[in-house]
Amino acid sequence: MSIDKIRDLKSAKVIPGDMEVGKYVYTLGLAGEKFFNGLKNGKILASTCKKCGITYLPPKAYCEECHGAIDEYSEVGKIGMVYSYTIQYVDGSGKKLDEGVIWALIKYEGVRGGIVHKLGEVDYDQLYIGMLVEPVFKKKAEREGKITDILYFRPIKP
Amino acid sequence: MDKNVKLPGTPYSSDDFKKGKIPYVEDVPKARYTWSAGIAMSRFLEELKNGRIIARKCHECGRVYVPPRMFCSYCFRPTDEWVYVKDTGRVNTAVVSYIGADRGKLGEPLVVAVIELDGASEGMGILHKLGNVDPEDVKNRKVFNMRVKAVWKKPEEREGAITDILYFEPIE
Amino acid sequence: MRMNIHFKNRVACIGAGLTLFRRRLFETPRELAWEAAKQALENAGMELKDIDCVVFGSAPDAFDGIHMQGEYMVDGAGGYKKPFTRVYVGGGTGVFSVIAGWWHVASGLCDKVLVVAEEKMSPALPHPQYVFHHIFDPITDKPLGVNLIWIFALEMHRYMYKYNIKKEDIALVSVKNKRNALDHPAAQLGAKITVEDVLNSEVLVWPVQRLDISPVSDGAGALILTSEEYAKQYTDTPVWIDGVGWNLDTTYWTNRDLAFPKYLYYAGKMAYKMAGIHNPRKEIDVAEVYDPFDYKELHHMEGLQLARKGEAPILTREGVTERDGDLPINPSGGLLGVGNPIAAAGIMKVAEIFWQLRKEAGKRQVAKDPTTGLAQAWGDLMQIGTVVVMRV
Ligand SMILES: [Zn+2]
Ligand SMILES: [Zn+2]
Repeated sequence: MSIDKIRDLKSAKVIPGDMEVGKYVYTLGLAGEKFFNGLKNGKILASTCKKCGITYLPPKAYCEECHGAIDEYSEVGKIGMVYSYTIQYVDGSGKKLDEGVIWALIKYEGVRGGIVHKLGEVDYDQLYIGMLVEPVFKKKAEREGKITDILYFRPIKP
Repeated sequence: MDKNVKLPGTPYSSDDFKKGKIPYVEDVPKARYTWSAGIAMSRFLEELKNGRIIARKCHECGRVYVPPRMFCSYCFRPTDEWVYVKDTGRVNTAVVSYIGADRGKLGEPLVVAVIELDGASEGMGILHKLGNVDPEDVKNRKVFNMRVKAVWKKPEEREGAITDILYFEPIE
Repeated sequence: MRMNIHFKNRVACIGAGLTLFRRRLFETPRELAWEAAKQALENAGMELKDIDCVVFGSAPDAFDGIHMQGEYMVDGAGGYKKPFTRVYVGGGTGVFSVIAGWWHVASGLCDKVLVVAEEKMSPALPHPQYVFHHIFDPITDKPLGVNLIWIFALEMHRYMYKYNIKKEDIALVSVKNKRNALDHPAAQLGAKITVEDVLNSEVLVWPVQRLDISPVSDGAGALILTSEEYAKQYTDTPVWIDGVGWNLDTTYWTNRDLAFPKYLYYAGKMAYKMAGIHNPRKEIDVAEVYDPFDYKELHHMEGLQLARKGEAPILTREGVTERDGDLPINPSGGLLGVGNPIAAAGIMKVAEIFWQLRKEAGKRQVAKDPTTGLAQAWGDLMQIGTVVVMRV
């Protein structure tokens, strides 16, 4: 009984290929439609389960605690807080970026969840966890109901 | 649950979608793969280049595996020996495809079959195309058990792929 | 096979829920899962806090277009902060998720399990067919330009050849199931069609024509499984899962006997042994067998020993498998009629047996008085059989 081995690597075949799916289309769903419509109107909407008193961002159509339906949507406050941040220096393929990009998880008082987005109008050495920020939206006419309708978040000027 | 229960779900049509009534985001998967053929299949592909079909034999149960594999799934031990099988065989089953891999209509219908090669153990078929077979002979089932032989690409055009065999055709 | 059929808890099904099955649904995958789970909980008279653990099933991530779909699903499927398991065996997943739910309860690990399955096939453009392309061997099969339907057509044709079966007899399955689906609240393709309609429909890969095939669908389904002790607290009419079985054949599908699904024969034997069933044809009153293609209903009946080899088309022709027949098969309308959101379709089948045995199927209720039923699914590279046997 023996197990053959490939001694000459030239004879080891590798077959290349790719995934032919042209693209994926993700419909926004019940809560997503409300959220992205909100962005179009310059608002960040969360949803609240009245029974549990929990507010979700991004909004959910159901409560993850009690599994009840949620149909109450309201705007989160104007002031968000940087919960954590990181600076991206390379792109997805590992290539160095000309300029670093600051990514932050932004949370709101009394809200479960948060939004991941870029930070702008801020220098690296001014960054800190707990920084208060506000969204900067695209011009109304340019908004498409996408997360990129928010250009970035910036520090609130005292 | 009776027929009249109203179930949740919001259907939409492709027309709704095209007319922009359905909000969505989209993304393109950019996955590229390289599938390593492994020991058995690397040799199999290399031999196709030589115009031969190679198999692996298990000495415990005597099975001859095509495509070859380095272990016997019945005895769960390594297979023992490289053996050549013939490029002739018998049609186990065949169909006529009017659609391609992407479900688009083919210009010419394509006959594909599972072929049991001479020298391989019973039931060890491979998938391939049939050439010079009338689709009608598939539909009237004449194709079953038909004796067939591989038609190879010219040696200089072979690249070590299953497509080095162009198709199998009936033996007169 | 030697099998330990002694387990701690007898397992009951006490609630079921479904969404609509449609070609395209607007809800996100987790919203669909939530809708189905909510219904099942309400049907059982439970709240999410009553659930000990959650089992989730869905087919390849590449349909929904979300990798790690189990994790993505967790809140919608009701698994947040609970032991949560995702199972996957391709088309066999729906029934397999019920089997996995059964383990949790039968072993004594959990008393109350929520089982959810969801599938959205609509996100993949231009057609989900491209996703199926990737289930094939990249070395031996894909370079030939293989289409998913090829392998089913090759199997169907071998089956027809071996037992000399006419296409007309196979088409009767599609006619029956689409008609049955007219009475199903989730159904996508309920219709009154004739054998001629099937035979005149577009030939895709001979002998498979368009009306031989179930549609592409979005949808979700859910079930509640509990131990005997809890079942009695919640309902007077539990349906017991008395046998489970599953079995896989080799992925080298060209090396198999295509005329007889051996893997299903073994899966059925396992479930029958556990349930103490000696003569399936006599003891099973109603069955939901997996029918993504019309011939598969027949193929599976034979694998499950509900018909002798080659006999299923005859039983079908004689009306035995109609709702008012002696062995009703797919009274729901099956995948051919209700639709085929892969994993969710398996749950739909188990739910149908649940409703049939509780006499809650309304217009779909079979004529005979059923006490024992079976639900089955099939999948991976047409190599797995998953079976549950249920009783009242
Ligand atoms: Zn709540
Ligand atoms: Zn062996």
